[in-house]
Amino acid sequence: MGVVNFEDLFEAKLAKNDIIEPKDWMPDNYRKHLIRQISQHAHSEIVGMLPEGNWITRAPSLRAKLVLLAKVQDEGGHGLYLYTAAESLGTSRDEMLDALLTGKAKYSSIFNYPTLTWADVGAVGWLVDGAAIMNQVMLQRTSYGPYARAMVRICKEESFHQRQGYELMTHLAFGTPAQKEMAQDALNRWWYPTLMMFGPPDIESPNSENALKWRIKRETNDELRQRFVNQTMPQIEYLGLVVPDKNLKWNEAKKGYDFSEPDWTEFKAVIKGNGPCNKERLASRNKSHSEGAWVREAAAAYAKKQNENYQAA
Amino acid sequence: MTSQEALVNYTLRLGDTSLILAQRLSEWTGHGPFLEEDLALTNIALDIFGRAKALLEYAAKVEGKGRTEDDIAFFRSDREYFNALITEQPNGDYAKTIIRQALIDCFDLAFYTELAKSKDETLAGIAAKSIKEITYHKRHSFSWVNRFGNGTEESFNRLQKGLNEIWPFAGELFEMNEVDALLIKEGVAVDLSTLKANWEKEINQLLAKANLVAPEGTYVQTGSRKGLHGEHLSYILAEMQSLPRMHPTAKW
Repeated sequence: MGVVNFEDLFEAKLAKNDIIEPKDWMPDNYRKHLIRQISQHAHSEIVGMLPEGNWITRAPSLRAKLVLLAKVQDEGGHGLYLYTAAESLGTSRDEMLDALLTGKAKYSSIFNYPTLTWADVGAVGWLVDGAAIMNQVMLQRTSYGPYARAMVRICKEESFHQRQGYELMTHLAFGTPAQKEMAQDALNRWWYPTLMMFGPPDIESPNSENALKWRIKRETNDELRQRFVNQTMPQIEYLGLVVPDKNLKWNEAKKGYDFSEPDWTEFKAVIKGNGPCNKERLASRNKSHSEGAWVREAAAAYAKKQNENYQAA
Repeated sequence: MTSQEALVNYTLRLGDTSLILAQRLSEWTGHGPFLEEDLALTNIALDIFGRAKALLEYAAKVEGKGRTEDDIAFFRSDREYFNALITEQPNGDYAKTIIRQALIDCFDLAFYTELAKSKDETLAGIAAKSIKEITYHKRHSFSWVNRFGNGTEESFNRLQKGLNEIWPFAGELFEMNEVDALLIKEGVAVDLSTLKANWEKEINQLLAKANLVAPEGTYVQTGSRKGLHGEHLSYILAEMQSLPRMHPTAKW
């Protein structure tokens, strides 16, 4: 009997499409890649509560208020499962939060754009959640078990959010002239940032190669971006809105749309912290965290006293 | 006052109280002291908004003027709102939000348990659905009052301060007028005087457990039954109503 090589076993499992579980051996780089990706994903959910949360107190009907509040709550719930999935790889919530609050960890750059009108709430649900689903559907089959399972539930809820976002846009697009204008303005502002959500072009994507090899990711950035445009165009046409891209047209040969690349300089600037709301978002998370410190301390002190009383009894 | 007018006013009182409280609670969404609490408070806000919607829908129906629950929520001014004053008070810190919630939950659980026996089937139905929700809300707020009272010196001090600020607005919850008198006779409304002794007993026990002292001899602030509010309400409404009022013919 030969010496078992863990790396070979791991590779063999991946080759067979087996799922990797927390107790299984895994290469350090795989673990690190997953911790980075899952915690960034969790942070995105938490920071993503802010731009939509911006409209909760101003939602224009009671039903819209209930829908939006439930949606923002779902995002928080997603954050919670994802933090838990990342913890199964040997990091802690405190460590991850610390990385977010000090600006070390990244989160989806899209949330550094402001929600200026009510139509933005629709655009975020329809386009941003729609783009997120493109990325996330493939993650339901990702190689790491806890992440894949979290994604199954998250995808179900995100599809629901996307439909709600589109429904909101239909009310606007078929509503008063002012409402339609609001919808068009939101599409103009969210189109390119949404295309950026799939990440840089394949030739410039530094993390993609390993991610594909480890079956953490299953399609490339450009493939996903193309699919998103193909899927979204009929929806935009139905709404009677116009994409802010003069080069966008159907290409019969490739059975898909040709379209302009987003401004990758802007993408890099926003990632570096220079988007319209980077500072506000981080400041808001820090404010809630520091103002909540006494609450967490009180809960811990109370739990400790209860535990001591229990031990003494 | 006709029975119909009384029922509209009574239902608006309940609906407005729920709506303004939920509106305040939802200000916490995305800003809670930690994720689990953020979710818990948002969930409570959702339950209470749901109740508000059902009640305002019913108020609109009984009124019979073709208005919807949204017309009622978004196109009335503060002088036409009947929410209890306690609900419009600013959230303050988490301790103040929690103690406000505990005082209201304690009232609401007893109130809706009684309202579930109302001869008005719609109100009884809404109440019956609310009992389970409020039972959970009360467990949540009471457990945090206890935790803050017995946690750290800071949490205790903040809780006592929050209680001092909110206490003068609690008594109004029990106030009755000619609307109550008429509807109690018809077996529709709850006689609030029957709830007070038990509320005081439960709240005194809660405060004692958390080492809190209720402020002595505090004058009870009232006015909401007549549509008289503090300065906070018109700001809450200005924010909440801005979009529908800017686009009065729009559907959302």
